[in-house]
Amino acid sequence: MKINSTGEVLTVYLEGEIDHHSAKSIREEIDTAVEFNMPSLLILDFSGVTFMDSSGIGLVMGRFKTLQKSGAKLNLSNLPPNIYKVMKLAGIDRLANIDKGA
Amino acid sequence: MKQINKFSMSIPSKSANEAFARVTVAAFAAQLDPTLEEISDIKTAVSEAVTNCIVHAYPDSIGTIYITGEIIEDNVVKLKIRDRGCGIENVKQAMEPLFTTGGTERAGLGFAVMQSFMDYVRVSSKKGKGTSVILKKKISDK
Repeated sequence: MKINSTGEVLTVYLEGEIDHHSAKSIREEIDTAVEFNMPSLLILDFSGVTFMDSSGIGLVMGRFKTLQKSGAKLNLSNLPPNIYKVMKLAGIDRLANIDKGA
Repeated sequence: MKQINKFSMSIPSKSANEAFARVTVAAFAAQLDPTLEEISDIKTAVSEAVTNCIVHAYPDSIGTIYITGEIIEDNVVKLKIRDRGCGIENVKQAMEPLFTTGGTERAGLGFAVMQSFMDYVRVSSKKGKGTSVILKKKISDK
């Protein structure tokens, strides 16, 4: 998982499959980076994600709540169609900006 | 309903098996020549059902998850995911979107995903005996 910080903006490039099994370590890595960088915008890039179930929704909702405390914003970018479908079902588009990607 | 093909397997309720279960079911369903979207829908629904067994049915122990798949008439995949875990006291409530007993990192959308991505979802459960989830999806004719 690649993480890129430009001060205000923290971009996390998620990879592989997001399920209940993998969510815990992904969450810990994101939270550590957020605590360290204190960004005003977190971008989660899904272009490298091949599978996601509702554990990924929990992951996004949890990060949204953490960021809300410091007034930071959340963007979801480059969502493959199957992942967009799960996010849309959960109404995540009401919490975060979603960019569907190509 | 005429059965055209079937498989069955049992796996321990370890989270590493979530991926194994959904990929195995997807491989079984592949013989109906599904679209990428249909395969993704099935994988996601199976992942939800298996995760429920791991997180809720066997919260403090490793139990067995029983999965059977059938191909039946009209290009339909029928799946059953069953456990002998703690059971669900109130199935109707458990199936409500956003209801969860799994803490803040669980969205409570597992059954909502199953219902949205599959054509048929039936859940039966008995407290202390276990839960069974039946899922069906018709694969479109090409």
